[in-house]
Amino acid sequence: MAEPGGPRTRTNTGPGRLLIAVYLLFAIAASSRAALQIATRFDEAPLAYLLSALAAMVYIVAAVGLARAGHTGRRIALACCALELVGVVVVGAVSLARPDLFPDETVWSGFGSGYGYIPLVLPVLGLAWLRHTRRQGAGRGTVATPGG
Amino acid sequence: MSSAATTVGSPVDGTLAGAVIVLSLLVAGWALVVALRHRPPDRIQLIGLAGLELLLLGLVLVTAVALAGGERPGEPGTFFGYLVTLVCLPPLAVVLARMEPTRWGSAIVCAVCLVTPVVVIRLQQTWQVLGG
Repeated sequence: MAEPGGPRTRTNTGPGRLLIAVYLLFAIAASSRAALQIATRFDEAPLAYLLSALAAMVYIVAAVGLARAGHTGRRIALACCALELVGVVVVGAVSLARPDLFPDETVWSGFGSGYGYIPLVLPVLGLAWLRHTRRQGAGRGTVATPGG
Repeated sequence: MSSAATTVGSPVDGTLAGAVIVLSLLVAGWALVVALRHRPPDRIQLIGLAGLELLLLGLVLVTAVALAGGERPGEPGTFFGYLVTLVCLPPLAVVLARMEPTRWGSAIVCAVCLVTPVVVIRLQQTWQVLGG
């Protein structure tokens, strides 16, 4: 009934699909926000807005990587999640230490506090999920249904 | 139903927006229960999402009436961005739930229904004229 069909361990089923859904939501949120900010008031905070755009792109690519679920997709998702984690930590730290550099908020300012810290949790979950599916695939050769 | 809407300046602050938030949270709660019981998205979730979509379309209608009456949101770009996003959320949940007929489909419905009230509140904030 809930048995995955293929022999490969997939990043795009089960909890992975939930992860992709959340990534999609963030991709929409970040990209529309960045597009609007860049279109209407780019001069006010160019660094913040470019960072928003970068974050948006990373979310989109990560969602695609997870959804593609092949070796390439996995590698892309891994790179994106790592970049996100570095981004949210560095931007979070800098935005607290030097608020003058960020006159307007980005998705990653204050470690994602404006978005319920989900930007901080998301890459960790992504990396954990990639790790989990890889280990499962390497260990069994066939897919085991995730227990709970 | 629209008795409160006339006294309040913002078209997205009335009973309708409240109903969206309440229904959304109810569907989220139910979806969570279903997910915890290892069940795929059920009929109740789909009906709930359909109801939510109807309420959101109602919100669009109320907003259109207010716009026709000469009222304007404080931050038009952001406001309409949120409004379009809102209307897209329940269909997105349905599509993703259909793709994932496991407990994780219910978890997706739960996640989307938790995001919806947040977007509604942001929508309300962008109608008001604010300094920043």
